[in-house]
Amino acid sequence: MPVPRRSRILRAAVASLALAAALAGCTGSPAGGAQDDPNAPVTLTFWHGWSAPAEVAAVDANIARFREAHPHITVKAVPNVTDEKIQQALRAGGSGAPDVVSSFTTDNVGMFCSSGALADLSPFIEKSGIDLAKTFPKARLDYTRFDGVRCALPLLGDAYGLYYNKDAFAQAGITAPPRTWSEFDRVARKLTKHRGDSYERLGFMPVFHGYETTPGHLAAQWQPTYFDADGRSAVATDPAFAAMFTWQKNLVAKLGGFRKLEKYRGTFGDEWGARHPFHTGQVAMQLDGEWRLGMTADAKVPFEVGVAPLPVPDDQAADYGKGYLSGTIVGIASTSAKQNAAWQLVKYLTTDTDAVVAFANELRNVPSTHAALASPKLRLDPRFRVFLDIARHPRSNTTPASVNGGAYQVTLQEFGYRYESGREPDLRAGLERTAAQIDTDIAKAR
Amino acid sequence: MTTRTRGALRTAAFLSPWLVGFGLFFAYPLAATAYFSLTHYDGFRQPVFNGLENWSYVLTDYPAFWPAMGNTLWLVVVMVSCRVVFGLGVGLLVTRIKRGAGVFRTLFYLPYLAPPVAATLAFVFLLNPGTGPVNSLLEGAGLPAPGWFNDPDWSKPALTALAVWGVGDLMVIFMAALLDVPRERYEAAELDGASAWQRLRYVTLPAISPVVLFAVVTGVIQAMQYYTQPLVAGKVASGAIGGSGRQFRPGYPEDSTLTLPQLVHDLGFQRFDYGSACVVALVLFALSMVFAALLMRRGGPLGAGG
Repeated sequence: MPVPRRSRILRAAVASLALAAALAGCTGSPAGGAQDDPNAPVTLTFWHGWSAPAEVAAVDANIARFREAHPHITVKAVPNVTDEKIQQALRAGGSGAPDVVSSFTTDNVGMFCSSGALADLSPFIEKSGIDLAKTFPKARLDYTRFDGVRCALPLLGDAYGLYYNKDAFAQAGITAPPRTWSEFDRVARKLTKHRGDSYERLGFMPVFHGYETTPGHLAAQWQPTYFDADGRSAVATDPAFAAMFTWQKNLVAKLGGFRKLEKYRGTFGDEWGARHPFHTGQVAMQLDGEWRLGMTADAKVPFEVGVAPLPVPDDQAADYGKGYLSGTIVGIASTSAKQNAAWQLVKYLTTDTDAVVAFANELRNVPSTHAALASPKLRLDPRFRVFLDIARHPRSNTTPASVNGGAYQVTLQEFGYRYESGREPDLRAGLERTAAQIDTDIAKAR
Repeated sequence: MTTRTRGALRTAAFLSPWLVGFGLFFAYPLAATAYFSLTHYDGFRQPVFNGLENWSYVLTDYPAFWPAMGNTLWLVVVMVSCRVVFGLGVGLLVTRIKRGAGVFRTLFYLPYLAPPVAATLAFVFLLNPGTGPVNSLLEGAGLPAPGWFNDPDWSKPALTALAVWGVGDLMVIFMAALLDVPRERYEAAELDGASAWQRLRYVTLPAISPVVLFAVVTGVIQAMQYYTQPLVAGKVASGAIGGSGRQFRPGYPEDSTLTLPQLVHDLGFQRFDYGSACVVALVLFALSMVFAALLMRRGGPLGAGG
């Protein structure tokens, strides 16, 4: 019967194209300038990604404080919004679209700035007389702009450091956290207890699937340059990357080899659960963000937790104390017709010292301004001071924004997986291919 | 207005719901996808025509495309075949059971009702090479214990096992088709001395071939759209569940679970390259058409009029 047959073909086609239909959206256009009266009563829509009840309460409390200072501006906060929803809303605009958006990832800043999806904040910043360099640490300014366009500001931040099991250190006779990678290697081996083809305890999980142990987070300690002056990938030309990958692969070998480590990794609980391998004592050291401190307290781990900056290369010992920085960003939708009022909210959230401090206290995140980092009002675990110092360190750095999101980091990460497993034996050739792929992808996206 | 025109308008009016649906959900998306595949389009700025640049990029410069294509074809051939064979086997089994048939039918059907994410999570935990009970049993029996979702050679077979576990949908339609085969045909075949295999080959299969065709075609379409299970399995097995803004590319381990629909999402929503995402969507569409045409061709093993 020809009709049902066609009908089936059509169904197949429709099914395949349902996916394509999602891609066939229309473009929006910027509202064009900020002409709204900043003193007129107005309601702003603020989309953010925080979703846990305590987090949402913290956002609401922050907005309530803003309302006290700006009673004519009402803010409707919408929690638990993902980046994909933000992208669609920024593209489509309309009355239901947000005026102010925040995102947990810094990877999309390149697209938001270059496409004009988020408004250029420079005129607002200039008008308000804010000195960015005196207000924010350099790394945080780096991940909130792209190609000279500042379309976002940092709204709290993350700093990455080293967590260590103080009890395990004491048992192994180690008195202080390692400051250089060669010290780290010795400590990691000393803490490792082998048991047959597995481990009773591992000093450190060096493979790149070891949660936050990513190439980007590690490479920060070698002070990398991701792109040269022409915007071309520098992963093959900057020796920082080769040094980091060489160190990592050597440590993999020293701790028992890739296969043995991977098998052991299979016994780990998930990163965000109570069975995290650092909580259970399966690993004695962990590279992680400042949030782990609160998580170890919540999990009531049965040992004393120590915190320190990540080590640095032996020939850069003077840089000890730095680390990888990232964080939440906030910007104004170009489609918003209330940009002057929206700027009042963004300015308050990002630059008002008391607001930043209160928000950091509530969310247990790192404050994103110099003044907030030095504020005596910070009520955080004393060990949290380590992350504040990392955030303030002049050599702390981040992964720069790119026109195609975090694609270049994924490409580097994929190379890391191949190299650590031995599938890619030639480091130099592999990095050159990785750089070429990054350049091809970026050229395609421009 | 002539009678002929009135008749044509009446026909169009009756067809209009279908025409509207076809236009909105098929013709327009297809045309738009084809158009965007020839443009540089980031989702924010106006699309700019760039000829075949996206096609050239996806087919020659995008390293994830060919592994994803290979995996998708593997799943279409192996996973669909396994599901149909197991579905038919279970259908044959439950139609022959005399006592407790209802219990067995329910037991075989229940896994199909499990939400895909929950079922995948359960399989990843059961097949965990370090802590899963399956490998403990295998090791206890002195058998080799594979890495399952952590081993590129075993990840697709593990996904196939998951798909076969949820074969209850096919079991139901095969069961209905098997119960519909006239008993007289089996009696006649038995009188002619046909063996059990010959009865299956020459009586059962020809009688249920339209249902087999339906199972294969819908299975191929599902395999073409396979997204959730490999994504969840890859994320959980790799440990990259997400949450700190860390980048994740699907396909763990070693691109072995990467599928074409995952690339559509990766290109479109992670890299803002809607043009290239449309290329992958069109490749998926073309593949669906090719498979449907092959399966339903006149004279083929499953085609009508063969």
